[in-house]
Amino acid sequence: MSEHGDIDHVSGHATTGHEWDGIKELNTPLPRWWILTFYATIIWAIGYWVVYPAWPLVTGYTSGLFHYSTRASVADELANLEALRGEKMKALGTASLADIEKDPTLLALARARGKTVFGDNCAPCHGSGAAGAKGYPNLNDDDWLWGGSLDQIMQTIEFGARSGHTKAHEGQMLAFGRDEILKRDEIVTVTNYVRSLSDLSTAPGYDAAAGKKIFAENCASCHGEAGKGNQEMGAPNLTDKIWLYGSDEATLVETITNGRAGVMPAWSGRLDPVTIKALTVYVHSLGGGK
Amino acid sequence: MTNASASVKSMTFGEAVLWPLFAVLAFLCLIGAGFAHDTPFAFHASLACVASIAASFVILNRYYDRPAELPPQEINGRPNYSLGPIKFASVAAIFWGIAGFTVGLIIASQLAWPSLNFDLPWTTFGRLRPLHTSAVIFAFGGNVLIATSFYVVQKTCRTRLSGDLAPWFVVLGYNFFIVIAGTGYLLGVTQSKEYAEPEWYADLWLTIVWVTYLLVFLMTLVKRKEPHIFVANWFYLAFIVTIAVLHLGNNPALPVSVFGSKSYIAWGGVQDAMFQWWYGHNAVGFFLTAGFLAIMYYFIPKRAERPIYSYRLSIIHFWALIFLYIWAGPHHLHYTALPDWAQTLGMTFSIMLWMPSWGGMINGLMTLSGAWDKLRTDPVLRMLVVSVAFYGMATFEGPMMSVKVVNSLSHYTDWTIGHVHSGALGWVGFVSFGALYCLVPWLWNRKGLYSLKLVNWHFWISTIGIVLYISAMWVSGILQGLMWRAYTSLGFLEYSFIESVEAMHPFYIIRAAGGALFLIGALIMAFNLWMTVNAGEAEETQAAGLLQPAE
Repeated sequence: MSEHGDIDHVSGHATTGHEWDGIKELNTPLPRWWILTFYATIIWAIGYWVVYPAWPLVTGYTSGLFHYSTRASVADELANLEALRGEKMKALGTASLADIEKDPTLLALARARGKTVFGDNCAPCHGSGAAGAKGYPNLNDDDWLWGGSLDQIMQTIEFGARSGHTKAHEGQMLAFGRDEILKRDEIVTVTNYVRSLSDLSTAPGYDAAAGKKIFAENCASCHGEAGKGNQEMGAPNLTDKIWLYGSDEATLVETITNGRAGVMPAWSGRLDPVTIKALTVYVHSLGGGK
Repeated sequence: MTNASASVKSMTFGEAVLWPLFAVLAFLCLIGAGFAHDTPFAFHASLACVASIAASFVILNRYYDRPAELPPQEINGRPNYSLGPIKFASVAAIFWGIAGFTVGLIIASQLAWPSLNFDLPWTTFGRLRPLHTSAVIFAFGGNVLIATSFYVVQKTCRTRLSGDLAPWFVVLGYNFFIVIAGTGYLLGVTQSKEYAEPEWYADLWLTIVWVTYLLVFLMTLVKRKEPHIFVANWFYLAFIVTIAVLHLGNNPALPVSVFGSKSYIAWGGVQDAMFQWWYGHNAVGFFLTAGFLAIMYYFIPKRAERPIYSYRLSIIHFWALIFLYIWAGPHHLHYTALPDWAQTLGMTFSIMLWMPSWGGMINGLMTLSGAWDKLRTDPVLRMLVVSVAFYGMATFEGPMMSVKVVNSLSHYTDWTIGHVHSGALGWVGFVSFGALYCLVPWLWNRKGLYSLKLVNWHFWISTIGIVLYISAMWVSGILQGLMWRAYTSLGFLEYSFIESVEAMHPFYIIRAAGGALFLIGALIMAFNLWMTVNAGEAEETQAAGLLQPAE
């Protein structure tokens, strides 16, 4: 083609002799490094086909010199993992919660397993550091709604609270305002009383005696005379300065007016018993376990 | 299609067929709206009904208003180029581009601050994400491709675009498809195939539009006045033909009812996945690569006023590219249920694709030899050249990520998002902006752009945006990949998924900032082009497409 083309003076190459809307093309040869690299990738690909599964045949495929298969390599990796976790992993299935606590190797294994499970299942509500959020309990402190012993924690994880499971924790904070058990001014009064239990400031002119009376008549049956709570009913301790929804007056008025009924799902059936056991040990070890 | 019979006014074939066809379609859509099983279908049928009535009316009205003779093929021996549909598509491209970038910014911000989904179904990430991808790829990119292909094929064939109504049908029909697709996503209508989300009725409509596009392009090539077909047209043709094949292959679906929006895809399981990524990867290969390489092959030599570097390279890399690309899809399905042999082929063909892809980069960059100095003075050319550099980077990164060991780290991470955006923002975005900066003055017969200084601002703001975007995604992607595969000495995962999500937060903010800069750049472009059309100085000669001085 170049015999028809004129010479481009900048590059010294001939053009192809055609022109489209003012655009010409040079007849520059292929860059040598380009074509050599192209050939190299083709040779590499052919080599790869020889050693790895590559081409489909009528009833199978060329399996390659290495006889590689993804399935086999996954099986290998899982076996390696099992080996790394060691023999003790089996013991985790049969050991009781108390036994696990006593055996440092088992404890470490259970905590490691529990941490992984916690991150994927519990962290969305309780936070990846288990510090909780408004309405979702902090699991690092020693304030427990339903009890902080190993068995109590396991029961809560297995069946949840207000989860719909037949063995779930029940118990409700009543809606004293919505259900017209208390009047608005009574709610404000008892709110101030509840704040005083945790040494928080009270509104000027608040009637302490009236607050105490309202509390004794309405709240003490669950939260106790002294407001120390009751783990049988999941009634929080109101004197420990730990608040699930908040301690400011507006939030407490809201809590007392409309009640609270946070849900913890039941994990029994979703997580296997060994996993729940490991999770229990992990949560128990976060700092507040009893 | 044209009926050139003397001075007695008669309907062209297109007019005679289309106006009653649209009238019937309007009636059918009315029935569809009436019997619809779901609200979105009723809404889309109503939209189609209104659009059909309008189309029928406009066609008839045009027939009564127009002179007996159709626009001549040539005036004074010069081709009478058809520019109307190109102008429409160019404006549509700018509009959809800004819409698509904005939605991208919104969803990027949602990833950093999830409450920005406002708890409304229409504004959740799941619905806005396909709106973003379709708006930027198909609405912005598609309109740029239609506009430039209609322009380039006319100029390089020295002939008027084939068809009378057909080019308008392509442009308007395509944009109607975009409206149906986009509103559908917001209303929750999707067949859940990535980049192929529109439901069956939108797919059928697109098929009709696309075949018409192919015919217009082919028939223009057939009646060309040049002995040879210009390289850009090979790429445009490969793009149009392959997209048709991909669209048909990936979308065979059975609607639950002809009066409902839901359908089921004919393919199942791993075959469906394979079809999906054969489609998905070649949408990248033929829509976002071949199509935009066509733009490069016309606009860079035109703007640089230099001959294309190597004809031989163009022909070898063209055929190598289209032969190899079609095999590479399985690299999207590494370490899945896809058979090992298919994964191997996907990976090895991706590696072999490296040099054919770079052939385009070499031809784009080396065309500048003898004109490098223009980069200092012409920001439009700089934009075009930087787009080719991003193209080269993305087409190296792609084959690298297709290697299985690399993919085991990069797959499902933000690295993929970063890779896609270095190609999408850097290559597709910049080459499109460069083409629009050239095209708008040519189409509206202006001496030049309203302000080259603003182009410069656009260039730098957007470039910084891209760099922020892709480097944030590289870091977060590799971090994610490493966190997901980290094991403790006891053999348990070191990090939970949620911890990796928490670790992404700062990078998501940087990414959103990068996206915001890119959007600001596009807004500057829109202003500049608006001023070019409305306040620019008219070109004195009639030849709207003769060689332009490069300022």
